[in-house]
Amino acid sequence: MNKIFLSWRMGIILPVVMTMIGCAAVDTVTTVATTVGEATGAISREQGESIRKSTTAVSKSLEDFTPEQEYYIGRTVGAVVLGKYRPLADAKANDYLNKMGQTLARVSDMPELFDGYHFLVLDSDDINAFATPGGHIFITRGLIRCCRTEDALAAVLAHEIGHVQLRHGMKAIEKARMTEALSVLAQEGGKSFGGREVAQLTQAFGGVISDITGTMINNGYSRSYEYQADAASVSILRRSGYNPGALTDMLKVMAGQIKPGGSDFARTHPSPRDRIDELKESGQSSAGSEPPAVRNERFTKAIGHLL
Amino acid sequence: MFRYLSIIVCLALSGVLFLNAPAEAQRVMSVQVKEGQLRATPSHLGKIVVRVSYGDRVTVLEERGDWKKVSLWGRKNQGWIHNTALTNKRIALKAGQGNVGTSVSRDEIALAGKGFSEEVEAEYRKSNKNIDYTWIDRMEAMKVSPEQMEKFIVVGRLALRAEGGKP
Repeated sequence: MNKIFLSWRMGIILPVVMTMIGCAAVDTVTTVATTVGEATGAISREQGESIRKSTTAVSKSLEDFTPEQEYYIGRTVGAVVLGKYRPLADAKANDYLNKMGQTLARVSDMPELFDGYHFLVLDSDDINAFATPGGHIFITRGLIRCCRTEDALAAVLAHEIGHVQLRHGMKAIEKARMTEALSVLAQEGGKSFGGREVAQLTQAFGGVISDITGTMINNGYSRSYEYQADAASVSILRRSGYNPGALTDMLKVMAGQIKPGGSDFARTHPSPRDRIDELKESGQSSAGSEPPAVRNERFTKAIGHLL
Repeated sequence: MFRYLSIIVCLALSGVLFLNAPAEAQRVMSVQVKEGQLRATPSHLGKIVVRVSYGDRVTVLEERGDWKKVSLWGRKNQGWIHNTALTNKRIALKAGQGNVGTSVSRDEIALAGKGFSEEVEAEYRKSNKNIDYTWIDRMEAMKVSPEQMEKFIVVGRLALRAEGGKP
């Protein structure tokens, strides 16, 4: 083997390896490309091993959590939310919310979750809403009061569905925690866990829950996540036949009701005015037709007593 | 020698590209939701042909947008199911099932109940007795049937044929 020949092969193989790293099937591609490199002698076996290991580590990410695991994370995140906000045991309102919410979720980019989407009214005057990675969605009476029509309420539910489909809750998990949890998961592969692993996982689980609830309840998502969820809401409204301008309508009412410096939305969300501006700038505030009377009648019938 | 090696490299790289190519005819996938439905038409309002459960293996017969027409592994029933209810991974319901550790690599297996699971929730609840799951269970029990959903859409003059998925 002469040196020039070796560098020629390195020149071809390494860029290919690097380009392929950007692809979806990272593991497979890198393994094959690395094996090619080894077979032709362009890289040593040790180098090959090291490329394989680091790629495996990088690809351990959100995708490694199954919908089943997101569901169990969601249940506990939801239970923590319900420790802070009382549920409203109002069968009529909750039934209406679930019919509307599940109809909206059906046309989202993520219509299927491990156990589907579920909606619940919270008995609080705060203006607030939460969505867990498992599809448990909560909305306060205070936020329902910002909705003058079924279309406006649909905009609120669709915004929360947007957080689920964009996996914002899962993205709130800190990097170190993610690595910790996934390294426990990777230990045993297809075998089942023993008591020690369950204890380790339970500890990681507790950490994941506090990362997510800390962001969701106390600090709020980033402005860009909120704008993304607004964009998702408009697209869901449009697909389902609701007025896509209803989100802007709701935000205008909210702007008049929100208390600056309050403990709710004001602290964890960009101001309604900023969200309206963002929707306008991205061309998503265009109003559709007025909702039919029957739609507003059923809205008043189902939740008029909460307004 | 030079030409010979470049042919090897080219063949190997085209192999890489083929590995990346989408679905061959007999692609087998797994149901990754607790309860799924195979429907007569590619729509969430389509008539349910047969119910499928977590871990069921299905063979992909046809694709249309975000929907796949599949048949239940080893059975005659066919129907449409949304992409997001399926995974390429094989889901082993118990350790040792589904050729775990033999022909299939670790990353292709998702062991049901492994990771953050019912078992981990139970452990977590032991040390966090103040957290109450009553209403989580209650809200999960609030179901909407396809008939109720269709009525909600029709009465509210919403879009009946609308479907989700990335444009």
